[in-house]
Amino acid sequence: MPRLSADARHRIRARINGRAIEAEAEPRMLLTDFLRHVLGLTGTHIGCEHGVCGACTVEIDGRLARACLTLAPQIEGSEIRTVEGLAPSPDRLSVLQEAFRRHHALQCGFCTAGILVSLDHYLARTPDPSESEIREFLGGHLCRCTGYVPIVAAALNAAKKLREAKPHA
Amino acid sequence: MATAATNWLGQSIERVEDAALLTGRGRFIDDLGVRPGTLYAAILRSPHAHAAIRAIRADAAKALPGVAAVVTGAEVRALSSSLAVGVKAPIECWPIAVDRVRYVGEPVAVAVAADRYLAEDALDLIEVDYEPLPAVIDPLAALDPASPMLHEGLRSNIASDRSFRYGDPERAFAEAARKVSVSVRYPRNSCTPIETYGLVAEYDPSEDAYDVTANFMGPFSLHPVMARALKVPGNRLRLRTPPDSGGSFGVKQGIFPYIVLIGVAARAAGRPVKWIEDRLEHLTASVSATNRVTKLDAAVDADGRIRALAYDQIEDVGAHIRAPEPATLYRMHGNLTGAYDIKNLSVRNRVVLTNKTPTGLNRGFGGPQMYYPLERLVQRIAIELSLDPVEVIRRNLVPAEAFPFETASGGLLDSGDYARAIEGAVVDGGLAELRARRDEARRQGRLYGIGFATVVEPSVSNMGYITTVLSPEERRRAGPKNGAQATATIALDPGGAVSVHVASVPQGQGHRTVAAQIVADALGLDPKNIRVIADFDSARDAWSIASGNYSSRFAAAVGGAVHLAAIRLKTRLARVAATQLNVQPGEIEFASGRVRARGNPDNALPFNRVAATSHWSPGSVPDDAQALRETVFWTAPELTPPTDADEINSSLCHGFIFDFCGVEIDRVTAAVRVDKYVTMHDCGRVLHPAMVAGQITGGFAQALGAALYEEYAYSPDGNFLAGTFADYLLPTTNEVPTPLLLRIETPSPFTPLGAKGVGEGNCMSTPVCIANAVADALGANALDLPLTPSKLAAFVHGKEKDRPSSAGTQAAKGARALHGEGETKVSASPEQVWAMLLDVDTLATIIPGAHAVEKVSDKKFRADVTIGVGPVKGRYRAEIKLSDLDPPRAVSLSGSATGALGFGSGKGRITLSPEGSGTRISYGYDAEIGGKIAAIGGRLLDGAARMIIRQFFAALARRAGRAAQSGFFARIRLLFRRRP
Amino acid sequence: MKPARFDYVRADTLAEAHAVLAAEGENARVIAGGQTLVPMLSMRLARPKVVIDIMHIAPLAKIAEEKDAIRVGAAVRQAELLEWPALAERQPLMAMALPWVGHAQTRSRGTVCGSVAHADPSAEIPLVLLALKGEIELSSRRHKRRVAAEEFFTGLMSTACAENELIDSILIPSRRVGEGFAFREFGRRHGDFAIVACAAVAKGNSVRLGVGGVADRPVARDLLDLDGSALDDALDTLAWDLEARDDLHASASYRRALVRRLGKETIEEARRCRA
Repeated sequence: MPRLSADARHRIRARINGRAIEAEAEPRMLLTDFLRHVLGLTGTHIGCEHGVCGACTVEIDGRLARACLTLAPQIEGSEIRTVEGLAPSPDRLSVLQEAFRRHHALQCGFCTAGILVSLDHYLARTPDPSESEIREFLGGHLCRCTGYVPIVAAALNAAKKLREAKPHA
Repeated sequence: MATAATNWLGQSIERVEDAALLTGRGRFIDDLGVRPGTLYAAILRSPHAHAAIRAIRADAAKALPGVAAVVTGAEVRALSSSLAVGVKAPIECWPIAVDRVRYVGEPVAVAVAADRYLAEDALDLIEVDYEPLPAVIDPLAALDPASPMLHEGLRSNIASDRSFRYGDPERAFAEAARKVSVSVRYPRNSCTPIETYGLVAEYDPSEDAYDVTANFMGPFSLHPVMARALKVPGNRLRLRTPPDSGGSFGVKQGIFPYIVLIGVAARAAGRPVKWIEDRLEHLTASVSATNRVTKLDAAVDADGRIRALAYDQIEDVGAHIRAPEPATLYRMHGNLTGAYDIKNLSVRNRVVLTNKTPTGLNRGFGGPQMYYPLERLVQRIAIELSLDPVEVIRRNLVPAEAFPFETASGGLLDSGDYARAIEGAVVDGGLAELRARRDEARRQGRLYGIGFATVVEPSVSNMGYITTVLSPEERRRAGPKNGAQATATIALDPGGAVSVHVASVPQGQGHRTVAAQIVADALGLDPKNIRVIADFDSARDAWSIASGNYSSRFAAAVGGAVHLAAIRLKTRLARVAATQLNVQPGEIEFASGRVRARGNPDNALPFNRVAATSHWSPGSVPDDAQALRETVFWTAPELTPPTDADEINSSLCHGFIFDFCGVEIDRVTAAVRVDKYVTMHDCGRVLHPAMVAGQITGGFAQALGAALYEEYAYSPDGNFLAGTFADYLLPTTNEVPTPLLLRIETPSPFTPLGAKGVGEGNCMSTPVCIANAVADALGANALDLPLTPSKLAAFVHGKEKDRPSSAGTQAAKGARALHGEGETKVSASPEQVWAMLLDVDTLATIIPGAHAVEKVSDKKFRADVTIGVGPVKGRYRAEIKLSDLDPPRAVSLSGSATGALGFGSGKGRITLSPEGSGTRISYGYDAEIGGKIAAIGGRLLDGAARMIIRQFFAALARRAGRAAQSGFFARIRLLFRRRP
Repeated sequence: MKPARFDYVRADTLAEAHAVLAAEGENARVIAGGQTLVPMLSMRLARPKVVIDIMHIAPLAKIAEEKDAIRVGAAVRQAELLEWPALAERQPLMAMALPWVGHAQTRSRGTVCGSVAHADPSAEIPLVLLALKGEIELSSRRHKRRVAAEEFFTGLMSTACAENELIDSILIPSRRVGEGFAFREFGRRHGDFAIVACAAVAKGNSVRLGVGGVADRPVARDLLDLDGSALDDALDTLAWDLEARDDLHASASYRRALVRRLGKETIEEARRCRA
């Protein structure tokens, strides 16, 4: 692959939430800024830009990633999922999103995007987690509003609903 | 309110806010589009706690392509005026350093460029010459008239010193059986919302007007402060807030100086300017809660009854008295006696300035600082009198029949049944079981303790309380200040749909949902059909100085105003409907989306049709029954100004909290684990139980952080040490247990809906409750937050034994931040080594990363150096001075280095002694490292400094070895040894 | 908090990466998972001229079982090693330590070798590699070499990796018969940098104890045939020798106390687990 020079913008191609995208970025651009300000996907939030708060968590090629710890050119050719890709349709919420609403698992909603992407990924692979497993997993996210209690409850409830929806899985 | 049919209030309905937030469609400040041509700002900040600015060179930055402007103190001074200061003193408070920096992180220059990346590139090119000044960090040291002075206009670092006396405290202390005391240093911390500050500012020269959108949270008493600083009348500062805000907890009050600063930058650049604060800026320099030193004495009877309290509070507001400070110190003034009936009270309040970030609103605002000593004191009373702490609490409570109860300092406790609440908590919270658990744990040799805390939680601040800092004479001159206007507007559109506008500026508290519930109940509608707008616009909305989201005022005050507006509209609509339904207005009721005659539900009209009447057929409606839009301003008559005796009802509502908890302390790590936490609340009438629960669990988690993890720590020289989320530790799911929530309801007689605030109480009760439990577990008395394992280890592990002789020698602990010593042996003679140390060319090769060494004089060198460890590299300008020369035996080196990552300075003494045919070089140093690198790399700094200094001596040794080899020591092999 | 400018090279082969390193030397930085490098870029602590992405070099993406060791390539993510089915059997100590590395959301991107390359004194993977006497394989345009962990970690965030080299892979020694392992760590919160981390390998009556978070690099010591108060004394000496310092999170004295106490617990557990 050719060297992408520092002071020019370069074409980046990827698939985001199932759609092909093509846009330009300098090599130094962080994925957070690329998603938000180049592609307009402002659902992914910036809370710390040093990988601790988890608000910017997205999925890259089936693995969780802090978008703020990712350079835009690193996603060339990748498959990305963001919070905008979680709901089945614009007017419906996913099982997890519904559980969050029902349990009042968000207040300001700023950290929520990252937590949802994280949990959506996790529950797909861990259908029957214990409370302590969920707590350990969510240790990579900071929420300042809820005290986590309703988030953990919503995650457990969503896991249960997802299991019920797929009894043979 | 007998007229309201209560269906929706009291239910935990799903929030109207949530669907957008859950799907990534929130509209936070950084999600909003901006005008084409908008520029982006980045801020250069002081690496020094205290320094004079001698020069700022920004030409290279301005010449960088894409950079539109660099704004410094000089421009800001020319285009604006100082922010008003809350005490009567000839001092200024600018949003950027003017000639002098007074805290690490203070803005020094603003670069405005085509994007944020370029703006940060520009910061790298700005050079500032600082002349460091001595700093004062400790509030007690700031009392000393000889301490380094921050503001000459004050003539000392004490900005205010007031004493208060209520009842006859001297007599109570003289007569009491005992005096019990506590001394507390309450640390600095902050509730750090996950979204940082952000704003977009634009200046219109044709109308001399500013238009700013910011995630400011109020209070809007700061609007006139900002307008005055920008030198425009209030109607030329249009201030808007985005629809969503990512948490605030008081903190986003502190954006207001940046509204002025970026406003000026936009004016200077001639284009709209956007600034999004980053996390490092936020932690270092946004705002902090105050730290406070308190000595609290109680005069106590033998049975534990408290006769008098005497507070001596020293409040540290940091480097500037930024509005509304010193409000933190006075917000609790009316409830300084807590939940207790204590008739005699004396208070001395001093406000000091130190070289730290200015303080401001933070959840609990004054409560954590005050209740920590008060409730530690109650535990000490129990211990010293050998009484059960719960019994001491009970004996002192304000009795249920005494409400509304006037406190010694003038507070009016609106309602409550404290004894019943405590009884409920003891029984339903399982205190007896918890005590049995403690006994069992202690039998097993474990460290287990139980703590209690009793708190009166004030809400709906009286805008006049802050004037208690002034003397009665000063208040008379300034004119009366009191009350707290809440506003709400309800509008009916031509289709009869209902819209509600509030100026409550929510940051996640669900105001839109609850406002819809309130209106739905009043008008017999479904909340789904009511649209609530909560984004604010000072040019269009009904607002007043008390608007905004602070002092837990929504449910009690704004919710009340919404209710009153709905009732007024309903009264008018009832008259409209009465005409159409041919009944008396008194017989009209609103239910299920219909307006109908009571007792004859078939005689009804759809609500929409009645509600649309004044649009389509105003002629059929009497003038005083036109129902189109209703705006209510509401303030409570109980919020009176301070009396001449300094009595002040600082808040309208007073909720009640009783907490207890069990904690265990690990014998190996000394870490605290909260085993069980029970929190009983009475916040009056509950409008939405799940939101109340969310406020309590959220506040609890923040308080747990304050108790165990979080501190805005400074080194004694004023370097900020907690500049990242790896150093300022927020609790995660792994740290926060699930508390047991209990409640009773005694509605407030002073608010339209009977509700009180609830959001802040646990920030007041939980830190001290946990501390009391830790004190109980360890038998400890003096405990200051945060209760880190390292701090508690002294109690758990006992005193450390001395270093065994089998281990190597340990460097002594220096008084300065970094201290070290070492030695190395080289094969060159002392004379040869001496010559190298004084030789420019040699220094150029041994100073790590030196690009050019320039000899300024025989004893002074200047160099450009690239210093780094691993991938961390920075370029610095270094200056090295030699002194106390004792050739060829010893020399002192002092030096400093400054660069974009911060600065370092140090002093060392090098001693050369002949050993065999070579030289033993011994060195000792004290160093200080400050600025960005200290704030974000504290964990690694010491190791990095040691490593760089060793690199210097290793290079010297190598060089000396070569010199020796080329000279007459050629036969001796290079001998270089370094201790591990 | 945005990075300064740099060129970006996505290397498809080792040769490509070597060529850039050879040409740029200290001005080039390798990026793998980016979990340490990117925040350093954003804070402008690191300002390379070129960043070389090695995650698309296929041979580096493998975990391979060799005769006495597990070879983990430089593009293997921490989560991949943790998910590798044979890990707990082949090397339990690494399996015990990996869950302590950051959080699930960072292990999913961070690489095993990246943690070794950064040599943070509190990091778990370098500590375990040192306790196990593992090796690091380095390569450059003309050379390939193996360095023992003992020699690799040379100081604070400093290693034996030269400017023109990169880590190809690390070799984690496989468990041997009769060995017992234990890992203990204490941080302020779970997932934080360790205040003290201990990794112990017991065999017969001897124990090798590695300690992280105290000195400027992980340090391991062989404690032969020690029990009771002799073991306590040895731990005390070790605790002092590490030259602990005060920082925001812990005093030097507290770190020494943890070395003694956690160290002992770790050794005792490793001995119990000898198989």
